[in-house]
Amino acid sequence: MIQHLLSNYEEAAAVILFGIGFTTLLFHRNLIKKLIGMNIMDTGVFLLLASMGYIRGRKAPIVENGVTDPAAYINPVPAGLVLTGIVVSVSVTAVMLALTVRLYKRYHTLDLDEIYVLSKHEKEDR
Amino acid sequence: MNFIWNFPLFTVVLSLFSGPLCMMLKAKAARNYTIAYESVLTAMNACVLGYTLKTGSSFTYPMGEFPAPWGNEIRAGSLEALIALLFSVVLLCSVTAGYHFIRKDMDESKINLYFSVLNLMTAALMAMAWTNDVFTGYVFLEIMTLTSCGILIVREIGRTTLAAVRYMILNLMGSGLFLMGIVLLYDISGHLLMIPMRESLTEIVRDPAAVPAISMAIGIMTIGISIKSGLFPFYFWMPDTYGWATPTSGAVLSALVSKSYIFLLFKIYYRAIGIHVIEKTPIFQILFVLGICGMVVGSISAMHASTVNRMIAFSSAAQIGYIYMGIGLGTVAGFAAAMFQILAHALTKSLLFLTAPYLAEVSGDSLKFHALQGSARRDPLAGTLFSVGALSMVGIPVFAGFSAKLMFGQAAVLGGIHWRILTVLAALGVSSLLNALYFIRTLIRIYSDPDQSMKEPARKRPILDKSRIGFFLAGEVLTLLNVFLGLFSWMISDVIYKGLGMFL
Repeated sequence: MIQHLLSNYEEAAAVILFGIGFTTLLFHRNLIKKLIGMNIMDTGVFLLLASMGYIRGRKAPIVENGVTDPAAYINPVPAGLVLTGIVVSVSVTAVMLALTVRLYKRYHTLDLDEIYVLSKHEKEDR
Repeated sequence: MNFIWNFPLFTVVLSLFSGPLCMMLKAKAARNYTIAYESVLTAMNACVLGYTLKTGSSFTYPMGEFPAPWGNEIRAGSLEALIALLFSVVLLCSVTAGYHFIRKDMDESKINLYFSVLNLMTAALMAMAWTNDVFTGYVFLEIMTLTSCGILIVREIGRTTLAAVRYMILNLMGSGLFLMGIVLLYDISGHLLMIPMRESLTEIVRDPAAVPAISMAIGIMTIGISIKSGLFPFYFWMPDTYGWATPTSGAVLSALVSKSYIFLLFKIYYRAIGIHVIEKTPIFQILFVLGICGMVVGSISAMHASTVNRMIAFSSAAQIGYIYMGIGLGTVAGFAAAMFQILAHALTKSLLFLTAPYLAEVSGDSLKFHALQGSARRDPLAGTLFSVGALSMVGIPVFAGFSAKLMFGQAAVLGGIHWRILTVLAALGVSSLLNALYFIRTLIRIYSDPDQSMKEPARKRPILDKSRIGFFLAGEVLTLLNVFLGLFSWMISDVIYKGLGMFL
């Protein structure tokens, strides 16, 4: 068991990062820390993707010195997926930050539980 | 290549262009443009459906003409076309009927932005119906998350912002898990396109040692989608999200967005993983049990809801349970019933979400049950349309809800496993009974004599006047489609079976 984990340490680290991020996103009450958790979670996935695409002893997939043999390079698809994932993650973070600012302006706190209690006392207009 | 082959791509690209375009238009122009282009979308989807039914086969559209294992693909069969057609029709009706409240709920200068977000969401809906690539599915799933949050927060009251934040957090967890699942599947199979992935997984699963890893990947992905679509026990966010949104958003979110996630998951099950692979894992059994729990618990929660919107939202949780139960049966009949339920529920739930606020409008703008007393007499059109939705939800013959329930019952009996037949029939019975309890109760209340103590005098709205022509038309279309689905369910289920046949 330990042997397997050590030989696949990148994947193990990725899954641990994912777990840390996921639990922070789920259980933390502070909105900013939730967001940090989300970013850690995404980083875990990116690490998994990048480590999967890497083949020991090969180069980055940029044609150099006219070498076109695919066996000389690592798999470029996971890198492309990581890029897409980063774009998605950035835009989601931006939207969430905008929402957080709006909630903070209204309730003057970042604690989600407190906001929930405060919003219960508001007048229900429909 | 036939010209119609381009239509699926056109629907996505047109929606993507319409988003930024609506930003530049004025409010009214943005609405008119959205209605016009969604009609075009509906026509194109109908053409694709007709074409696939006529030729009896599906077609694959390679993006940029790159061949199969390398390029990205769009694939259109009867089932995808049917779902895309449903999406566009319901969108069209929701925009037309809900415009009155869009104007009421938000600032005049922001209406065009609302339509622009809605159109981007349409792009995501279309792409998720058509795509043949798992990662493209993920990207549009995230676009869907962002835009659905966008159409929630346009109503600037504290509760919607809070609801949107909670919705986003849950959705982000869901998408994170879904991404992890597809990355693991890609790790195992080495493909992102659905068909090569299935072929590779079919080979790999022959080795029993690979089954735990594959089940793990499928399980993570399934949990992600169930959080996003609101399967029991993840349904608690629904009432706040749907209940506080502007009616168009509520209708679109509950009728289409959650369904598009389920359809993507089903497509991945059927095409990218393969039913025979999933049968080696306990996924179907788990979905079956959770679906049945959702059917009962969602209905019980609906009975305790304080406002009519929350009641409808909780009843969505129950209806999502039906769909997962159908998928969990693991037979073709079960899948067909689940797809039929997607259609029936989308048509019914959007009708309910769009009519309830009209009833509230003649009851002092309150959605509370005691205020709604006699509201159907004050607004006969909204009352009638609400009754159609409610009766369809309960499962009265002639309406779509009845045919869906019948198909679930038939699918269970055809499955032939005794405990499953008993469980499904019992769950259908209990759930329908609970549905009847709270929907009929609401119907009685809205048709009973108005409460004398209400301050506002009972002013009766005319059935049809100039300002309500959009609501009238959209309501009629949704009602007619609902009745069509109820009376001619054999026609639709025929299309669904054909589509499932083309799926492989």
